[in-house]
Amino acid sequence: MVVLSLVSLLLMTLDQRTSLVAPLRDGLALLVEPIQRLAGLPGSMAVRLREDWAGRERLLADNRRLRRTLRELRLRQQKLEALEAENARLRRLVGAAQRLAPQRVEIAELIAVDLDPYRQVVLIDRGSLQGVYEGQPVLDDAGVMGQVIEVAPDTALVILVSDPSHAVPVQIPRNGLRSVAAGTGRPDRLHLLYIPNSADVRVGDQVTTSGLGGRFPADYPVGVVTAVEHRPGEPFAEITARPLARLDRSREVLLLWWRSPQDQAPARSPVPGKADGDPAS
Amino acid sequence: MWIGGSLAAALFLELTPLPEGWNVWRPPWVLLTLLYWTMAVPHRVGVAVAWTSGLLVDAATGALLGQHALGYAVTAYLMLRLHAQLRSFPLLQQALTMTLLLLPYMSIMLWVRGVAGHPPGSWSYWLPLVSTAPAWILLTVVLGRVARLRPSGMRAEHPDV
Repeated sequence: MVVLSLVSLLLMTLDQRTSLVAPLRDGLALLVEPIQRLAGLPGSMAVRLREDWAGRERLLADNRRLRRTLRELRLRQQKLEALEAENARLRRLVGAAQRLAPQRVEIAELIAVDLDPYRQVVLIDRGSLQGVYEGQPVLDDAGVMGQVIEVAPDTALVILVSDPSHAVPVQIPRNGLRSVAAGTGRPDRLHLLYIPNSADVRVGDQVTTSGLGGRFPADYPVGVVTAVEHRPGEPFAEITARPLARLDRSREVLLLWWRSPQDQAPARSPVPGKADGDPAS
Repeated sequence: MWIGGSLAAALFLELTPLPEGWNVWRPPWVLLTLLYWTMAVPHRVGVAVAWTSGLLVDAATGALLGQHALGYAVTAYLMLRLHAQLRSFPLLQQALTMTLLLLPYMSIMLWVRGVAGHPPGSWSYWLPLVSTAPAWILLTVVLGRVARLRPSGMRAEHPDV
């Protein structure tokens, strides 16, 4: 009993501070995965049943609506591609670093299980076997959802932007103001930190990732400012935002593979790297 | 194996999604199941089994590795000390005693969460204590049936279930 207690304390310390126990965690995660998936079934079955019972009329209407949206998006995409090319050209002209588009995007499904009511964490059905890595950005179609904190072979844990221990470097594109969006523990509220009282922030301002810190690529939508409170006597204003991603409703999330500019830097001198990379060919 | 099966079922109950707002009431199913078996067949389920199950729960819920293991092991130890008295209690009294027995467990979990940097920060953390007594009564009824299905081993140790 005493020995086991000490072992648990040791394990917890190792798990918190190092990645030494990761293999053990992987093995255990594999063991419990069937139960996790089974436990997720009632939730996903409820949704599937609802879909099955949706009337023909509704499906047809949905289809029409989706086709219209697709057409509109395609149109916009054409414009975007032209703009992207132009942007790249201009950036080369002024010698600025290229903004990177994500190299790969994949859809993962949430496994509908309740993990811990006091943390904003969700489980997804992709893991290290599918190339998911720790720190990987996770989005839904509306905005940034969070990042991967733990990878098992077939599943991964994602911490949401609303978790109190999570923070994203952000900016307000309207005026380039930088801040950090910290979670509050409530899925509908983020705090924008370190914005001076005198700064120009208004309700309704868009908040996007700034790309600082290298975890999240720049310019993805995070939230919308919902309240600005200037507090006399305090150095910073109290600003809250609502996350754009549907943190408590999305069933499917997007995993982004990309390399931050920091990782990119060594690869920029292509000649030696390439020579080392494939001596066979 | 019945014990393993019931623990797997308990883990299922611990993870399966509940309607919004209900999950703060969720009783610690795995721990209660462990405690039931510790009380019924202390020679087979004890601190070691509790610790191992705790480790699995840690992996399943994404908690710090060792967090539930520690809590379960301590509670199972207390149960081992008390199982002789508890077995002779009437069911209602047993259920209320479980609530008390869970206090050290909940405190350990709270402490670990605090140290790990995500304290629950809300009094609703203690709500599972309320749902423990009804859950225990339910478990005793269901697992009592299970134990009776099994011909040997358990009955010798625990004839009155």
